[in-house]
Amino acid sequence: MSLVLNEDQLMLQESARDFCREKATVAVLRKLRDEKDPRGFSDELWQAMVGLGWAGMAIPEAYGGFEFGYSGLGIVLEETGRTLVPTPLVSTVLLGATAINLAGSEEQKSELLPKVAAGETVIAFALEEGALHNPSNIALGAEKTADGYTLNGDKVFVLDAHVADYFIVVARSSDPADSNDGISLFVVDAATPGISVQRLNMVDNRNAGNVRFDNVKVPADALMGAEGQGRAALERTLDIGRIGLAAEMLGGVQEVFERIVDYLQQRTQFGVQIGAFQALQHRAAIMYSEIELCRSLVRKALLELDRGDDAEDIPALASMCKAKLSEVYELVSNEGIQMHGGIGMTDEFDIGFFIKRARVAQQTLGDASYHRDRYASLRGF
Amino acid sequence: MQDLESFRAETRAWLEENCPASMRTPMPEDEVVWGGRNAEFKNPDSKVWLDRMADKGWTTPTWPAEYGGGGLSKAESMVLAEEMQRIKARPPLVSFGISMLGPVLLEMATHEQKLEHIPKIVRGEIRWCQGYSEPGAGSDLAGLGTKAILDGDEYVINGSKIWTSYADKADWIFCLVRTDFEAPKHSGISFILFDMASPGVTTKPIKLISGNSVFCETFFDNVRVPAGNVVGRLNDGWTIAKRLLQHERTMISGFGLSSGRNNRGGLADSLAQTAMSYRGDTGKLSDPALRDQIAQFMIDSEAFSLTSQRSAQEAKQSKGPNATSSMLKNYGCELNKRRYELALKAAGTQALGWESLTEDGSDFSARELDTTRQWLRSKGNSIEGGTYEVQLNVIAKRVLGLPDMTSMVASNKK
Repeated sequence: MSLVLNEDQLMLQESARDFCREKATVAVLRKLRDEKDPRGFSDELWQAMVGLGWAGMAIPEAYGGFEFGYSGLGIVLEETGRTLVPTPLVSTVLLGATAINLAGSEEQKSELLPKVAAGETVIAFALEEGALHNPSNIALGAEKTADGYTLNGDKVFVLDAHVADYFIVVARSSDPADSNDGISLFVVDAATPGISVQRLNMVDNRNAGNVRFDNVKVPADALMGAEGQGRAALERTLDIGRIGLAAEMLGGVQEVFERIVDYLQQRTQFGVQIGAFQALQHRAAIMYSEIELCRSLVRKALLELDRGDDAEDIPALASMCKAKLSEVYELVSNEGIQMHGGIGMTDEFDIGFFIKRARVAQQTLGDASYHRDRYASLRGF
Repeated sequence: MQDLESFRAETRAWLEENCPASMRTPMPEDEVVWGGRNAEFKNPDSKVWLDRMADKGWTTPTWPAEYGGGGLSKAESMVLAEEMQRIKARPPLVSFGISMLGPVLLEMATHEQKLEHIPKIVRGEIRWCQGYSEPGAGSDLAGLGTKAILDGDEYVINGSKIWTSYADKADWIFCLVRTDFEAPKHSGISFILFDMASPGVTTKPIKLISGNSVFCETFFDNVRVPAGNVVGRLNDGWTIAKRLLQHERTMISGFGLSSGRNNRGGLADSLAQTAMSYRGDTGKLSDPALRDQIAQFMIDSEAFSLTSQRSAQEAKQSKGPNATSSMLKNYGCELNKRRYELALKAAGTQALGWESLTEDGSDFSARELDTTRQWLRSKGNSIEGGTYEVQLNVIAKRVLGLPDMTSMVASNKK
């Protein structure tokens, strides 16, 4: 299995990179922020990306997708990570569509996946209930009624919550003491009475919100898969999400690093390029080495995902990716500011956007220590 | 692909039949086969295994069959490696001839030189050592001063080398000598081969902090070497020296891999299990800080192993080792150092014994003592083959394109 990109993938990478550098630049994010954009992302740009096939990248052809696999989606995420442009890629394509594809009924898939591939809907994944990623601690309740379920509880840090057409809600439908662990997934129309969204203004200027479910009545066919048995699909969705997010982070890491190296070659002090100083050279060389490891991990994990039923070791690979990328993005984004000196601290300069995105991405779906702990458990210690 | 699958089937069958059972167990340091005129085989199966593999050229699977190598394609050699890994077969032969000199001879030596030296490397008949560092030329290797002066059709060599690994056990040396004393330092060096049994060669082992003596001082006193033993062009030895260093780094980076030669059956092989057993833990390691450090190490270790694979796949598309060899060397060495520091933390004072004073090892087991010695030995990983800092310089200059401060310093001196 080759860890080197093939011809098709290289072409996709080049076209995605060109698109992001020309149209989906950091300036787009800056403008959305400065103008306090009510949607939080550019619909026009998103539709252009949809036109390039990005929204249907990992969706099966039978449901209107392009079956380019997670390797393809990973390449796209990596390039968007280089320019930080906000899109519904993570909420809708990476998490929402994946959950539907894994756990949804034939009807749910036929109705929603083609809409995702066509860029006609935004789906938000309502999982977290506290400040730290913790998918094993779900309190939002789903009570069975005569004709469906009633949802009650609060979700926090739901990506793209305020622009969502649907929520995928991770709920508890029975006590974990029962025979299964009682987690059920629901796909819920965002217009259902009883749902209220409080938009959050996050440091990375990407969309997130807190969502309250107050006696939200959903029909029986809102349930995805069997009642109380959503854990496996949830875990796999999260692992795919973690790997995809790691791909986005890899893009950010490489971009910051390349900007650092450029600056070391341009900036002169004491009559020489500052890149001649070993104190800076060695730190740059260390970052380069760490980034090479990140690239191998992300590539390997995406390749495994595309092996479908033959995929091996996905949970551990997902935790390795998310742990390592979280560490290295922290390192590189910190060095991004330090090595640029004073100008790195200014809002006018772009590097600050990366450290802000880095920290939010680090926390999303589990930070480095969460995933090292999980990895240790998976490896039997 | 069909051919590859039938090759796999044949290889698997052959290995099943020919790899002795004891060669499928972790390899203690004293059973590593280095070959040479005075080769010792503590385990007689090692000799059987070496001869069988050498007959097929599989000690050097991708080298041309013309010179005794296996003549396998890269893909076939990967299949062989996978099949050996599958039964945990030991490498039949480990040598500097295989990992460093051979690849360079194949690339740069004459047909006659290859015919003379390559088959003996393949069969483990001649053990080589590396005459690079000198007391006054370490990181600044090109500043070396060992002299070779032409006298008739022979060079007369005078000078000394240091940190020559296993010089006292080696049969031949590949050596950097100065052949032009007027030229700039990089342009007056030649790469020459000679027999360590030549009159005038002496070696003196250096005792290390680990108690072992893997390195020697090596002295040359009017050693006479045929002029035809120069490899490549006269005074162009630096080109060969650098090429060989890339192979050396690739070899040393292998120290970071948790397979093959590193699978020694010691405490450092499975750190988590070691840590749990010394604490009496079941299921989960009770020290959360150590658990986190071991997890971090293992993640880096897996990522490094994938990076080695990726680098090899990329190298296949270009030619030979590239600048990433410096990165791999450094990361592999740091990982190996981390591995042994963690082994010490995992096993507490039991990994800090120096030697056993009992007959049955009830104070310290052989595995524990080996861990202590290997921990000390690992400190050299980031010095040999070019220091950690020199490799960072190489990455900064060759990969990142940053200005070369060391050449600025050198030009200021002039």
